[in-house]
Amino acid sequence: MSEDAIIKKFMYVNRKSPYGTIYALESLEVVLITAAFDQDVSLTFTDDGVYQLMKDQKTDGIGMKNFSSTYAALGDYEIKKIFVDKESLDERGLSLSDLQELVWEDEDEDYAEKSSINLVSRSDLSKIMNEQDIVMSF
Amino acid sequence: MNMLHTVNKSPFENSSVSSCISMCAKNNSILFIEDAVISVMKATKFTGMIESSLKDFKMYALRPDLEARGLSLDNVIEGVKIVGYEEFVDLTTEHDSVQSWL
Repeated sequence: MSEDAIIKKFMYVNRKSPYGTIYALESLEVVLITAAFDQDVSLTFTDDGVYQLMKDQKTDGIGMKNFSSTYAALGDYEIKKIFVDKESLDERGLSLSDLQELVWEDEDEDYAEKSSINLVSRSDLSKIMNEQDIVMSF
Repeated sequence: MNMLHTVNKSPFENSSVSSCISMCAKNNSILFIEDAVISVMKATKFTGMIESSLKDFKMYALRPDLEARGLSLDNVIEGVKIVGYEEFVDLTTEHDSVQSWL
């Protein structure tokens, strides 16, 4: 990558449950494409979007592809800023322990695994969203 | 009329679930499918509404849709019956008509 390459801050806002619509899967695909262009990518999971990260998804019964394991690859694409809205978890009776763990490897610390997930309030999200160059909503 | 109501949208997303409940006649049945299965989980903002409606309606939730979303069957509200596709078919034949709340 040339030194004067433009890096923009992209945020993907995920607000829908995973299998009722195609939004969750489409978002994930676009996220991976953007990451391949060395952009500053972050992901937000809010409203029903928090269900996308649920552990133990089993889709055999509905005959759809289970893409939940793909989220674990985000760390390999240098996506290490994943924001989960605490209020959305609360109103659904969920906590972080219901969600899969997502990590990235810090090469400056001998590839130590660090959590990518940040539990944030809606007022935090508002600030973080306002710092972005581009926000895409799914 | 003994009507079966089916709902497929999350109660957090739109008003289908609450509209269905408010217009459902006593002793009718409601089957929650796709994203609407979120409605029957314990400890959500909608749990109270579902629990208080259980005295008026029979409620069912489709197991494959719960499992796909990682929603534990143990956390389904007591009184809501968990069913598979075969029982879905049975429900449609046992009722006089089916109304889908889209």
